[in-house]
Amino acid sequence: MSQQILASVEKSSLKPAEEIQKFEIGDTVDVHTKILEGEKERIQVFSGIVIARSGSGSKEMFTVRRIVAGEGVERKFPLHSPRIAKIDVKRSAVVRRAKLYYMRNRSGKSARLRERRSEQAGTDSK
Amino acid sequence: MAAAERVPGILGRKIGMTQVYDEQGNVVPVTVVQAGPCDVLQVRTTDRDGYEAVQLGYLDKPRRLAARSERGHVAKLESKRAKSRAAAGVEAIAKAGCEPKRFIREIRGGAGDLQVGSKIDVSALEGVARVDVVGTSKGRGFSGAMKRHNFHGQRATHGVKKCHRALGGTGASAFPSRLFKGKKMPGQYGAARCTMRNQKLVKVDAEQNLLLIRGAVPGPNGGYVVVQQTNKM
Repeated sequence: MSQQILASVEKSSLKPAEEIQKFEIGDTVDVHTKILEGEKERIQVFSGIVIARSGSGSKEMFTVRRIVAGEGVERKFPLHSPRIAKIDVKRSAVVRRAKLYYMRNRSGKSARLRERRSEQAGTDSK
Repeated sequence: MAAAERVPGILGRKIGMTQVYDEQGNVVPVTVVQAGPCDVLQVRTTDRDGYEAVQLGYLDKPRRLAARSERGHVAKLESKRAKSRAAAGVEAIAKAGCEPKRFIREIRGGAGDLQVGSKIDVSALEGVARVDVVGTSKGRGFSGAMKRHNFHGQRATHGVKKCHRALGGTGASAFPSRLFKGKKMPGQYGAARCTMRNQKLVKVDAEQNLLLIRGAVPGPNGGYVVVQQTNKM
């Protein structure tokens, strides 16, 4: 009962399902975030690989990792945040884990992920 | 003495914590409290009781679980004494005429337009910006000084043996030859009345009888709480 009440409270903070871009772990994405600078609002883009998704309901978060000037940078975004304007999926990859924390120990060539062309292509190759 | 102003307040139950977004898109951590509707069981007045308050009751208790005194508190009961008093012309005390209640608390302050038998729901807190929340904190049993008083304990190495979490010295020697009263020591921790003051009331959901209060609220999920307008301004 109490879980249902909490779910109904969270509902008001959720984005409608059709507004949320579907993406998978291992996808390379562009996250467009709205940033307030004084009065003006502008869009900032953070692009990288989605290495984790955690939480549920209004608490769901995803982690995006990229390499900036040779240094790994990770940013965690709330999936339902109104400050996230758009998520663009640029590239999908074949991964076998839900959390790609092993990417933190990789750099250069070994930090590449094999590309997944489409759902269909993946099943055909077997 | 002038009649005290009514303090908007209500009884409820902690449901749990979650997070919502405000208009700016900021995450707000909130505790969801299911509150009311509450029945007014008694009204305390300066003339009769020496202070002003309203007594509220929350959640029905099955009659089979309620003692006769609990049932008589909320509704009229047949009794020899009631009959003889009525025969003697003593006016019966007003009763709310509702089911026995599980949780009964008084909220200090004048009754305003409330009478015995009236109902209060969360809309009573509409427009209130900040609230005090009273609950019973989670019981932690007999706890050591580190958990109970945030002592640092002792070192892990350098000759410390079997007393890494001990509280250390408790006083001096020949003088004063005794412990000072109130020395912080291990003992019962938690399961005590606890008030969180000046918490922001984020939202009032009259449809579902819910209050969204920013931050934490004392007690376990399902614990009873009193929510009232803050007196800390």
